[in-house]
Parts: sequence; structure tokens; C-alpha cells
Amino acid sequence: MPVKFPQFRPRRESMPDRMWTRCPSCEEQLFNKHLEKAMNVCPSCGHHFRLAATVRLGQLLDEGTFEEHDPGLVSLDPLEFVDQKAYPDRVAAAQLATGLKDAAIWGFGRIEGQRIAIVAMDFGFMGGSMGAVVGEKVARAAEAALESRAPLVVVSASGGARMQEGTLALMQLAKTMAALERLRAAGVPYVSVMSDPTTGGVFASFAAMGDVNLAEPNALIGFAGARVGAGTIGQELPPGFQRAEFLYRHGFVDRVVPRPALRHELAQLLRYLAPQPVEAGRG
Amino acid sequence: MVDRLLGRREGASDQPDAPEAPVDRKAEVWGRVQLARNLRRPRILELLEVMADEFVELHGDRVFGDDEAIVAGFATIGGHRVAVVGQQKGADTEENVRRNFGMPHPEGYRKAMRIMELAERSALPVVSFVDVPGAHPGSESEERGIAEAIARSVGLMTRLRTPIVTVITGEGGSGGALAIAVGDVVLALENAVYSVISPEGCASILWRTTDEAPTAALAMRMTAQDQQALGVVDEVIPEPGEGAHADPEETARRLRAAIVRELDRLASLPVDALVERRYRRYRALGPYGEVIAPVQAPPPPPKAGFADRLRGLIEAGRGAIPAPLTVGRRQDPPADEDE
Repeated sequence: MPVKFPQFRPRRESMPDRMWTRCPSCEEQLFNKHLEKAMNVCPSCGHHFRLAATVRLGQLLDEGTFEEHDPGLVSLDPLEFVDQKAYPDRVAAAQLATGLKDAAIWGFGRIEGQRIAIVAMDFGFMGGSMGAVVGEKVARAAEAALESRAPLVVVSASGGARMQEGTLALMQLAKTMAALERLRAAGVPYVSVMSDPTTGGVFASFAAMGDVNLAEPNALIGFAGARVGAGTIGQELPPGFQRAEFLYRHGFVDRVVPRPALRHELAQLLRYLAPQPVEAGRG
Repeated sequence: MVDRLLGRREGASDQPDAPEAPVDRKAEVWGRVQLARNLRRPRILELLEVMADEFVELHGDRVFGDDEAIVAGFATIGGHRVAVVGQQKGADTEENVRRNFGMPHPEGYRKAMRIMELAERSALPVVSFVDVPGAHPGSESEERGIAEAIARSVGLMTRLRTPIVTVITGEGGSGGALAIAVGDVVLALENAVYSVISPEGCASILWRTTDEAPTAALAMRMTAQDQQALGVVDEVIPEPGEGAHADPEETARRLRAAIVRELDRLASLPVDALVERRYRRYRALGPYGEVIAPVQAPPPPPKAGFADRLRGLIEAGRGAIPAPLTVGRRQDPPADEDE
């Protein structure tokens, strides 16, 4: 019987998982620490990895300025929806996996010193789908932005309305648009940032309706997903469409902005959209 | 595919309506979906034919074209002059091709918006008739901004300063329905359905096969009665006999009575109160809970590791040393040295 020595090293197969990521676009093996420092953009091909909502806020906001609002909003199960798994189980699994309560975080923060209301969505939480909680957070953010006359920024990452909440999820399009219309009427600016992916009901409500629309390179942005489209009209959609650059070409996105430039571009735009007294030294 | 879009008549005929039949909710709900899609179900034009004293159709979005999947215009219903908008499916294959099976492109919604804005300026209430499998999901639709058109139309209806009565008459298919379905009051015909995604689309995503569409239809609670229980629909209008397709005239008369009653009621409200009530209606839809939870803090920016610090030191040192003078003769201009 062979003698078993204690293991001092982590098992080999657990290493690549935690330390390396394979770029899905160029297949390069990337050291996670380097990837993180590069804002989760592949240093070799420029592929933009999806970001957790908290990481997104960390990249965009001045350090230590974010104050989260309504962190405790949680989804209910008004339809008692069961597909291959019960909806509350899916929510619980997503909460465990992401550490979030639902697919969006909102609060106030500063971007190059300017105070803004910001919503960041998290695709890792049930595909960033919008149910009552996401709709409520966007609406509350818009109402709070109106109240304090701070510009609103929403960073979308979503597959669309959350099917498990049925038409109540669909009604979030109306809820969020109602709040945004009031913001617009009051002259408070709203910038929409679309990241990969921004589709379905999220694109067909607040994401498409920024006073300025920005998108990350190559982000999938579209109304009907390929599977929905194929199922409904029985036709495969051509590849290479519904990307940020396609939207840009057709006039629905103002600028396609690589992630490292996003924070500065946002701040720059907000200085025009929400004019404040020019600060000393900024001339 | 065409069969499905045309409402698959054979599906509509095997209704488990007999009371002695075992209660199979899935089959019952799927039967309703088939009724909602029935080819002979009356649409906005057939309904107006009966319920309106007159109807003037208006065309075009003033930007791109005229989408026949959406009908819009002015009508007089029970003494009320109103603006009407609604999707129109075809009654046969030829008409369906012309009307894209009632699936509007962006220009259809932009026409609807134009007429609704006109209604606001002319102080006419809006009555919308919703019957759509979904907005057209093709590439032209995306190129011309179907999402933007839907979002803008939804937004417009949330703030329109005139009463809006919405009727779901057949299929309430997702954003393509909601784009003209934001109202002060939302009525639905008994066999109408309303869903966030088509049952086929839902099944293909959650069950990975469209064969599970009836299961998805049941899970989404898409019948008019379920929608009323959820608060999305305010009132369900009973259909005569086997359904609206069996007696379109009686269906239209029943609908007319409900629409006129709602128009009378809404006309008595001041516009500011009306718009505020509409805002509150949609603001309150969708229940959620609240628990005590820690606030999320964004992670600090990644710290520079040992290698980075070393690199930083080397670069700082390099910067301190003046660049060596280029000596000797070179043919190439120095600018070419940069990359």
C-alpha cells in the first residue's frame, strides 16, 4: 500500500479555474490578475468580458463615493412560476452565486466629482433579467435623480424581461418609462450605457431611451433574441447583426466606447448635459 | 409555420369545454391561446365596423412608410369622438402577407404615436385595440429601431394628457402589445391572452423546445382572467357563445358598451388627476419584498503587485535619465521609430 503524503499544493485542476481565464474571442489564456487590471478587457484582442455590477461601479465611480440605496429589495413569486426549477429556487441560487439580492444595484455616487444617480445591472443574476425589483430600482433611481436634479446613468446588462414574473415583468417597461418621461420633462439628463448583452424588454425601454446612448464594443444589443426570433417567425437571423457597431451604424447609439475610456467619456458628457459652475482649475 | 401564425384552426376546435371532462388546466389554457389566435377573430377593423358610427383611417409615420399591421385613425363610438389605434392581422394569406401577420415594424408604432400625439392636441381620448403575436422580429425591424419605437410609444402613453382606454382583443404579445396598451383602464376579451413573451419563445428558452409551449402558456398565467387577478387587466368582457370568432357583431356590441362606459367615466376626471392616476397604476405594478441587506461596496481598484511596482520604479528611473542623443547619420526620419 503506497504511503500517502499530505498535499501542500492545491490540486492542479483547481488552479486554472481560479487563476486563468480563456478569452472566448481569441482563445488566449489570460492571467486573471492581469485581466482585472485591464478592466476585464482582453489585452490581446480587446474582447470586453461581462462585469459584475459592483465591479462596474468600481470602474466608473470615484473611489469610495458610492452609497447604495434599497439594497434589500427582493423578488416575490406572484405567478408561482415553475419551469424546470421553481422561480424562488432560481432566485436563491442567483443570490448565492452573485452576493446580490437581484439583478441591479442603484445608488448615488460621484464620477470625476459630479454627483449622479446610477443603476448597474448584473448579467450574472438570472441573465440580468428585469422583474419587479429591477423595474422598481430603475424607477426609484429616476425619481431620486429628479428630486435631487442629479443626472441619471443606467448601465444595462440584461437578457430582457424576467419570464418568471410574466406580464408583471412586462409592466416594468411602462413603470420605468413613466419615471424616465418625468425625468426628461424636468430637464434632468439621462445617459444609457449598453453593455453585453442588452436585449428584449430592457433594450425596449430605458436602455434605448437615453438622452445620450453609449455602448461597449461588440456588445449584443437587440430587441428579439435569436432564439425568440427563430421560434416566432421560423427564420434564423443573420450572424453579425445586433452588435453595438450595428446599432451605431443605424443611428441608435451615439458612441461606441471602449471600457478604459468609458468613465472619462461619461464625465465629459455629463459636464455638458448637466452644466454646473465651472470649477476652479478646470477652466 | 404559416399554420401556427394563422391560428391553427384544428387546435381551436378541440376545446375541452365539456364540464364532465377532467380539469386539464394546460389543455384549457392552450385552447384559449388557440382561440385568441383564431383566424376569424374580429380585429380592430371588424370591431369598428360594428361599434363605430364613422371611422376615418389615417396612414403613414411621416418618416419611413405606412405599416398596414397597424391601423390608426379617428372614429365616433357612442357619441365619443376618439382616436383609435390597433394591430390588424389579415383574414387570409394574401392579407396576412400585406399586413405581416399583424406584426408591426417600427413605422407602425411611429404611426400610432403620431395619431396619439394628435389626439392629445385635439383633446380626443384614445382607444387602443391590441392583438399582436409580437412586434416584427426581423432584421429590417431591428435596423429601423423596433426597441426604440416601442420604448418611445410606451413612454408617450404613460404621459399622454388625454384618456386612454385599452382593449386586449386577441393576442397580447409582449412589448409589441404594450407599445399601444398603456391605458387608464385595460379591458380584455374573455379569450384574449397577454404574456411577456410568446409561449413558443418562452418554451424555447426555458425548456429548450417549442413543444413545451402549452406548459409555458400555463406557467405564464396568460389568460385574461389570470391577468385580471394579477392586476394587469382591469375587466374581462365575456364573449358570446363559442368565442368572438363565432359572433363578431355581438362581441363588438359588448365591447362598445364597456368602452363607452369607460370613456364617460374618464371624461369626468381632470387631466392632471388622470395622468397622475395612470402613473400610479403602472408605478404600483409588480410586487416585491424588502429584507434587511448589507449595502454593496464596489471593490477597490486592483492594487499594483510587486511586479507592477518594480516596473513603475524602472520606468520612473528611465524617465529621469535623459534620452540618449541620436548620433551618426540615419536615412529614416526619427518619427518612424515609434512603433
